[in-house]
Amino acid sequence: MAKQLNVALIGNPNTGKTSVFNQLTGLNQQVGNYPGITVEKKEGLSKLSRNVKAHILDLPGTYSLNASSLDENVVIELLLNKNDKDYPDVAVVVSDVENLKRNLLLFTQIKDLEIPTILVINMADRMKRKGISLDIPLLEKELKTKIVLVSARKRTGIDELKEHIINYRHISTEPCLNASRMDPEYFDRLQSTFPNQSLYKLWLVITQDVNFGNVNRNSAPLREDFVTKDASTLKRMQQKETILRYQFINNVLKKGMTVDVNAAKGLRAQMDRVLTHKVWGYVIFFAILLLIFQAIYDWSSYPMDFIDATFAKLSEVTRTAMPPGPFTDLIAEGIIPGLGGIVIFIPQIAFLFLFISILEESGYMSRVVFLMDRTMRRFGLSGKSVVPLVSGTACAIPAVMASRNIEDWKERLITILVVPFTTCSARLPVYLIIIALVIPDESFMGFNLQGLTLMLLYLLGFGMAIGSAWILHKLLKIKSKSYFVIEMPNYKLPLLKNVGINVVEKTKAFVLGAGKIILAISIILWVLASYGPGDNFSNAREIVETKYSETYLPEEEIDELVASYKLQHSYIGNIGKAIEPAVAPLGYDWKIGIAIVSSFAAREVFVGTLATIYSVGSDEEETIKSRMASETNHILGGPLFTFASGVSLLLFYAFAMQCMSTLAIVKRETNTWKWPVLQLVSMTVIAYVAALLAFQILK
Amino acid sequence: MITTIADLKRGQRGIIKEISAELIPLKLLEMGCLPGNEVLLVQTAPFRDPLYLNINGSHLAIRKETAMHIEIEILP
Repeated sequence: MAKQLNVALIGNPNTGKTSVFNQLTGLNQQVGNYPGITVEKKEGLSKLSRNVKAHILDLPGTYSLNASSLDENVVIELLLNKNDKDYPDVAVVVSDVENLKRNLLLFTQIKDLEIPTILVINMADRMKRKGISLDIPLLEKELKTKIVLVSARKRTGIDELKEHIINYRHISTEPCLNASRMDPEYFDRLQSTFPNQSLYKLWLVITQDVNFGNVNRNSAPLREDFVTKDASTLKRMQQKETILRYQFINNVLKKGMTVDVNAAKGLRAQMDRVLTHKVWGYVIFFAILLLIFQAIYDWSSYPMDFIDATFAKLSEVTRTAMPPGPFTDLIAEGIIPGLGGIVIFIPQIAFLFLFISILEESGYMSRVVFLMDRTMRRFGLSGKSVVPLVSGTACAIPAVMASRNIEDWKERLITILVVPFTTCSARLPVYLIIIALVIPDESFMGFNLQGLTLMLLYLLGFGMAIGSAWILHKLLKIKSKSYFVIEMPNYKLPLLKNVGINVVEKTKAFVLGAGKIILAISIILWVLASYGPGDNFSNAREIVETKYSETYLPEEEIDELVASYKLQHSYIGNIGKAIEPAVAPLGYDWKIGIAIVSSFAAREVFVGTLATIYSVGSDEEETIKSRMASETNHILGGPLFTFASGVSLLLFYAFAMQCMSTLAIVKRETNTWKWPVLQLVSMTVIAYVAALLAFQILK
Repeated sequence: MITTIADLKRGQRGIIKEISAELIPLKLLEMGCLPGNEVLLVQTAPFRDPLYLNINGSHLAIRKETAMHIEIEILP
């Protein structure tokens, strides 16, 4: 039997750790979550040699073992828990050749945990250009490890890394720093209380929120004598630790690394001069945003039209190919249109994730954070809120999670609370179909009116997010020590493989996650629309035929009247009628009411619901749009979708919190139901009032 | 008046003299912001906030309020 090694990849952010992971595992990887928390867990299998395989875990990027976020905590929890099934046989610390000094800080900490540790120096292809030369044998001796020069870009060094992983038993586990040098008296006392434990591990248990093995953080001796030492003393000791580690690193690098400053060349300074410029920096950023939106609306419309047509065709083929009956109906009218409603999202989501991942991979996103911080702070946000707000245009779920690296709790909370206002991709199909119905396809000063409307809706989303952030900033009384540190990484050409894998993974997660809900809801809706209580439903044909017995009507028209009569008296028709009084003032009928209620689970269900409701009983292959256009408002008369009711619907969808997954994520990230409930209630109220005002003023 | 990172001009260098541990996050220290290290002001955003620095070879940005707690000696 082939044996399998556990390998953990550890490293600072921006060191190309994920590129190394992708090189090791290829597509043989999976992304999940650590149990109970939303931290992304990336793992994969790597074939090291003919009969040795390794399970590779790509741990979240961290600057040190002094964790300041949930993601970083994962790293130290794993490394202290020998019983964890992922506890590494060997740790691989990935560093960037240009930031070796800083990256080695983490390396010395990992080493002090007495785990066999290999040092990967990544981006080795840049050494020559930067005038860096390294004495590898000497560094290996000083750091007591094996060093591999890797270039994930040029694909070199990976085989050597695999070899070192196989031979991990030969790697010394001797620590780099004697922890007691921080404060000899304190650590002597600690060691005599726990004679058999590693001092550095004990130190981590004291300073971090973790336990390990049989040493419990809250055990009496530890808590009374060591943990409760006042916070500023502990912090001063941590500072001492950092200084000692850097002294060690500086000594090693003085001997093992030389940098010829004259040989160093790079575009970094020149690019920064433009990209972080007080004027050009902003111009470029907004140009990039425009390009992204252009791609999402314009470029993705081609594949979307194709998908739309394909699913309509599929429905038709199914209907003709299968014997008639309820099962065929369920597939052709419930499941296929429901699935189509999900698949049609893929092009737009893929484009969004593509751009976001290029912006992050290239190092540009940090420049945006830098440029926007001051402005965002006025609204109670942080420069780092830009990333969630931009990714919020794809989906609020990853956006809420992206807020995690905002250090200040108040800024982070406000970001989480306002992100769902940004126009996520689930709102798009709703917007697109309503805009197509109520906004004329005409030009205004050279701009397409429909396109302009869409842009306005995006601006409205951002405006609401920023505006409500400002209000929250004024209302929330949270004292938090505000600080802000962001690394400005080197500019890098994004690796196609990294971007590709990222786009595929994110899109897949979205489609599968949303897909399950949409599919379930469309089946339920179909059932509710196809059956009904009482005589009105079962005797629909007789009732209609009696009603129209005086007038001669062609068979087809009778059929349609029967279908519509049936729908009105189906279960869903009854539910819809019950809620109609609540939505009528907004200009909606019971069908839209049903669509809104069903989309409280997820917005994108709206179109699917209308598709299901309208295609029940319609034999012809009509598009949803033309069905909707011919609907009449049975209360006010005239067409159902007018400018007034259209605008009212658009506003409702722009503001309402209709996404259970987002609420669930917000609950997990804030650890209380208070905030998601606040979000749900206030956003729904705002949506209802805005829609009501719009319809009443415009009608 | 003490001189801090917030007083640097663009392109100017200084040596970090003193940091008040209480006010400076550990993360910043770990990124190389320690006494004796050299700091260069690379770029400032509008209103000189935040500041884009090169500390000890690490490129990072911090807010002015934090920069005001890091005492330096400006290099000629």
